[in-house]
Amino acid sequence: MPATRLMPTDEATDLIELTREICRKDLAPKVDEAERARTFPEQAFRTLGRAGLLSLPYPEEFGGADQPYEVYLQVVEEIASVWMSVAVGVSVHSLTAYPVATFGTKEQQEALLPDMLSGEQLGAYCLSEPLAGSDIASMTTRATRTDAGWSLKGTKAWISHAGHADYYTTFARTSDDGGRGLSTFIVPGDAPGLTFAEPEKKMGLHCDPVSQVMFDAVPVDGARLIGREGDGMKLALSALDAGRLGIAAAATGLAQAALDAAADYANERQQFGRRIGDFQGLAFLLADMEAAVTSARATYLHAARLKDAGRGFSKEAAVAKLVATDAAMKVTTDAVQVLGGAGYTEDFPLERYMREAKVTQIFEGTNQIQRLVISRHLLAR
Amino acid sequence: MNIVVCVKYVPDAQAERTFNASDNTTDRENVDGLLSELDEYAVEEALKIVEAGEGEVTVLTVGPDQAADAIKKALQMGADKGVHVNDAAIHGSDAVATSLVLAEAIKKLGDVDLVITGMASTDGTMGVVPTMLAERLGLPAVTFASELTVDGGAGGTATIRRDGDASTQTITATLPALVSVTDQINEPRYPSFKGIMAAKKKPVETWALSDLGVDASQVGLDAAWTKVSSFDARPPRTQGEIVNDEGDGGSKLAAFLSERKFV
Ligand SMILES: Cc1cc2nc3c(=O)[nH]c(=O)nc-3n(C[C@H](O)[C@H](O)[C@H](O)COP(=O)(O)OP(=O)(O)OC[C@H]3O[C@@H](n4cnc5c(N)ncnc54)[C@H](O)[C@@H]3O)c2cc1C
Repeated sequence: MPATRLMPTDEATDLIELTREICRKDLAPKVDEAERARTFPEQAFRTLGRAGLLSLPYPEEFGGADQPYEVYLQVVEEIASVWMSVAVGVSVHSLTAYPVATFGTKEQQEALLPDMLSGEQLGAYCLSEPLAGSDIASMTTRATRTDAGWSLKGTKAWISHAGHADYYTTFARTSDDGGRGLSTFIVPGDAPGLTFAEPEKKMGLHCDPVSQVMFDAVPVDGARLIGREGDGMKLALSALDAGRLGIAAAATGLAQAALDAAADYANERQQFGRRIGDFQGLAFLLADMEAAVTSARATYLHAARLKDAGRGFSKEAAVAKLVATDAAMKVTTDAVQVLGGAGYTEDFPLERYMREAKVTQIFEGTNQIQRLVISRHLLAR
Repeated sequence: MNIVVCVKYVPDAQAERTFNASDNTTDRENVDGLLSELDEYAVEEALKIVEAGEGEVTVLTVGPDQAADAIKKALQMGADKGVHVNDAAIHGSDAVATSLVLAEAIKKLGDVDLVITGMASTDGTMGVVPTMLAERLGLPAVTFASELTVDGGAGGTATIRRDGDASTQTITATLPALVSVTDQINEPRYPSFKGIMAAKKKPVETWALSDLGVDASQVGLDAAWTKVSSFDARPPRTQGEIVNDEGDGGSKLAAFLSERKFV
């Protein structure tokens, strides 16, 4: 059942309509086969891009749609309810433009954003490293000054869209001063010295190819350093606050899809002479799933509205990421249970949903890190 | 080149479609509706013609308040303006009356080179309105086009390809003309965010029957040539028949199929 949504404007209502139409006609017929074959959904991104859905939360003057997060996130949720890998891709891509849109100079925005937001390009976000995951400040990828700008050397890990992206929003060390020694760069996808490892063999989310990105003296123009030198950590954390909401919304959509499939099945499947939904033991499971999905949605929308109003939302974003992704894990697991043996087979998408849910508790800050963020807000008062 | 595309607002085929209990007409109030998908091909074809040359695309619909959504969708796709004929007296109209209202609206629009329609609506699926409309307007009707080439403005031609079971026909009509298109003719575009924003500023006129000089007695359920006297929901699908093979499985299968005229 499509989620009931109260959208703030008529155009936002139309955007949701458009998203549902593209999902129904273009994404839904392809997702099963593509996830099985592990192909990169280039066509899906192209279709979404041409419809203007890859740049929603950015200014119209640079090719965006000036939509509040409240709207952008619900679009992500709708996509996730049909194709999780693509929704995660939209969220990651949207994140890659964030540093330029938020901290770039006017000249940098004019030079970089029109391409980034054109809908024809896809970005990757290079933060994590093999030895620096949760502990970002320990990263070792280094940017050294050259005559023309910078030269980047090091290895990034777990990078979504690696090898497929048109540009890489990259964090690298410009001094040894721990968390205050990082800076942010926009690296073109065809820069010399940029290479990619074989994709990781993951548990799920197969159409989101993830691999290491190697920087071997990659030259980067001086104008592509975003924000001040040394501000990288600040930019990364600020971007993550926003990015977390994208993951929360995607997790909510995934949970909704699992719930819908489970409810459909419980309406049909007969055992002991009646439909299994008539057994209270199962009906209450469904009710709890609905409560989990609805509260996940409410939590991310609350954080989004704070952000849209220009208020602090870092704690609420962490809460949303924690609540929505834990809900996705629980709901997808229970949805497999509702389908019984059928849920455990590849004949139904439930086993895939369950595998996809797991990663949402890990990326964009593990849920342990979310608790760290939340508790620091509580104790810093 | 002035093109009018006739579009219909229909109940979503994915929703539970029903009839009004009071008069057995299609329930358009309680079922989500949308621009008939077969009409999207007509809109797309008009947009392509105008984009390749010049001109203006007007979308025309006859329907209740919610039918404005069908116009909005076409405007979001790129059409230039809309006309919505909306009058309570039209409720329950059949194809004959609908073609009358459409024809009068097109006459009121005036200078029209090409009328494009879908091949049928996805709800009524009668497919007769295009030819009735052409007859009323005195235009040549070239129907079921799976390809359309338009040459020039007034005095020009519209050439279509019609794919039949036995042959493929190429038919040329002089403009102004009416063309109905199939779902093979193109790949309708999605609206885009830009299209959604642009559509808000595009003009939509709403006309009543009185604006068209059509008398209420000529349309509506009472004037309809056909009426639905009763309806039943399609019964739920029954379980298939299981035949135990006791050596005669083959002949039972053949009997089953021939009974249903499959063999
Ligand atoms: C599919 C996928 C896509 C990804 N995409 C990207 C991407 O596009 N760009 C990018 O930069 N990164 C990406 N990542 C990386 C992701 O953000 C990291 O995996 C994540 O931040 C965790 O880092 P780690 O894997 O090194 O785990 P670690 O940091 O080594 O954590 C291991 C465990 O220790 C726990 N832990 C660590 N520190 C603490 C603490 N202080 N308190 C309590 N527990 C703690 C963690 O919660 C976790 O359970 C992706 C990862 C995956 C799996």
